[in-house]
Amino acid sequence: MAEVRAEMVANVWQVVASEGDQVADGDTLVILESMKMEIPVLAEGPGTVTKMAVSEGDVIQEGDLIAVIE
Amino acid sequence: MSEPAGVSIESVLVANRGEIARRVIRTARRMGIRAIAVYSEADAGLPYVREADEAVPIGPAPAARSYLDASAVLGAAQRTGAAAIHPGYGFLAESAEFAARVIDAGLTWVGPPPPAIEQMGDKINARNLMERAGVPVAAGSREPVTDVAAAVAEAGRIGYQVMIKAAAGGGGIGMSAAASEAELRAGFETARSRAERFFGSAAILLERRIEPARHVEVQILGLTDSSVVALGDRDCSVQRRHQKVAEETPSPGVTPGLRAQMLAAAVRAGEAVGYRGAGTVECLVDPQAQDFVFLEMNTRIQVEHPITEMVTGIDLVEQQLLIAAGEDVSSALSSVKNEGHAVELRVYAEDPRRFLPSPGVITEWAEPTGPGIRVDAGYAAGNEVTPFYDPLLAKLCVHGASRAEALHRARAAVDAFRIAGPKTNLPFHAELLDSDEFASGSYDTSVVARLRT
Repeated sequence: MAEVRAEMVANVWQVVASEGDQVADGDTLVILESMKMEIPVLAEGPGTVTKMAVSEGDVIQEGDLIAVIE
Repeated sequence: MSEPAGVSIESVLVANRGEIARRVIRTARRMGIRAIAVYSEADAGLPYVREADEAVPIGPAPAARSYLDASAVLGAAQRTGAAAIHPGYGFLAESAEFAARVIDAGLTWVGPPPPAIEQMGDKINARNLMERAGVPVAAGSREPVTDVAAAVAEAGRIGYQVMIKAAAGGGGIGMSAAASEAELRAGFETARSRAERFFGSAAILLERRIEPARHVEVQILGLTDSSVVALGDRDCSVQRRHQKVAEETPSPGVTPGLRAQMLAAAVRAGEAVGYRGAGTVECLVDPQAQDFVFLEMNTRIQVEHPITEMVTGIDLVEQQLLIAAGEDVSSALSSVKNEGHAVELRVYAEDPRRFLPSPGVITEWAEPTGPGIRVDAGYAAGNEVTPFYDPLLAKLCVHGASRAEALHRARAAVDAFRIAGPKTNLPFHAELLDSDEFASGSYDTSVVARLRT
């Protein structure tokens, strides 16, 4: 099981993957916005998105859970 | 630098922050023009604020409540008696509405006429206008694409791969690619909602993808007599997440023949919109075919303008102010020659491996110095880099008599630039300069991705 967490303060600009989706290594889970840049958050291995913990428009802090992949 | 003619602008309010505000203020003061700064609560300690003749607080840190608040900026102009407003880049620089409000308020707008801003802000309209003016464009949409069926039909006409872009967008934000109808169908609705959210319009444009490509742009000046001159090109292919990281002039990937064609096309582009002031025509060059297409026109000064200044000896902000004042600058430009080579390295507050933002307090700041070195810095030791704005800390610009000399000097300057506190991408710039691909001059827009695989 992999917990995908935020590495910086950011806005959740776009949620790309949904709960239940099968993802491959490198698939985009969400796109964050920070300091005027789009920052994709990628799956680091194959699996199923068992939890999508954020919604578009959320402001997240460093360490906040974004998704769980199993 | 030429001696300025008697300039009739008494004062200018710089509607921006950080390094560009500092840079505009520097030239304005050199010209004897009273320089007025505006600052948000987060920026009160930045160097540009104390270097201005007068500084006005305009709101809390979020840009929407300060630098993007047109009423706050205009209010500051009225309170200080500013005769002109220079918008810098970003923020309100390409807001035709703001430009019109400045002009309606009886102030001088240091930029092109609002219709030119508006025409070039709509990417579909810009492409159509360019095509009519005889400027090459990539195969693409002549009208906004409004639903997925139209997108599929359009892509069939254009040919895959296609780029899906926001018609009201720009600057590489929110673009995606589709290599097949399936990918287009999967990505189209996302692209539309993204375009709506980020740019206020769901209009989509499809364009034939050019890959590999070099991003090469041309600096133009629209003069008071309505003539347009092209000053030179800049290669901006070193990008991460479609944002520029380093630029150089002249482009090592463009032959003299292609350069001449691109400069001539840029002049036609400027003439087609009745351009006035400093602008940039951005193009994509197919390095194998040695041909080019128009991408977009930026109706403002660009971040990377210093490298053009270093090879031409022209102060572009001075030209902007003179043109805005209605002065005739053509004599200063008639003898412009490009000499030597210049490179700009954008120093960002981000980690050098994955380019993730790294705000924080700057505890040490020591700039490199030496022949051919120019640093345009927005921050100093003790300042805080906050998450509210883009992560640009400074521009390290280096000139040399040749590309080899410029890059050699740049490599030493990167080592000598000490910034502590936020992480910076200076180590990435060292890596870039040390890389065979960049050193060879034969790189394209995937160069950063290749350095990171």
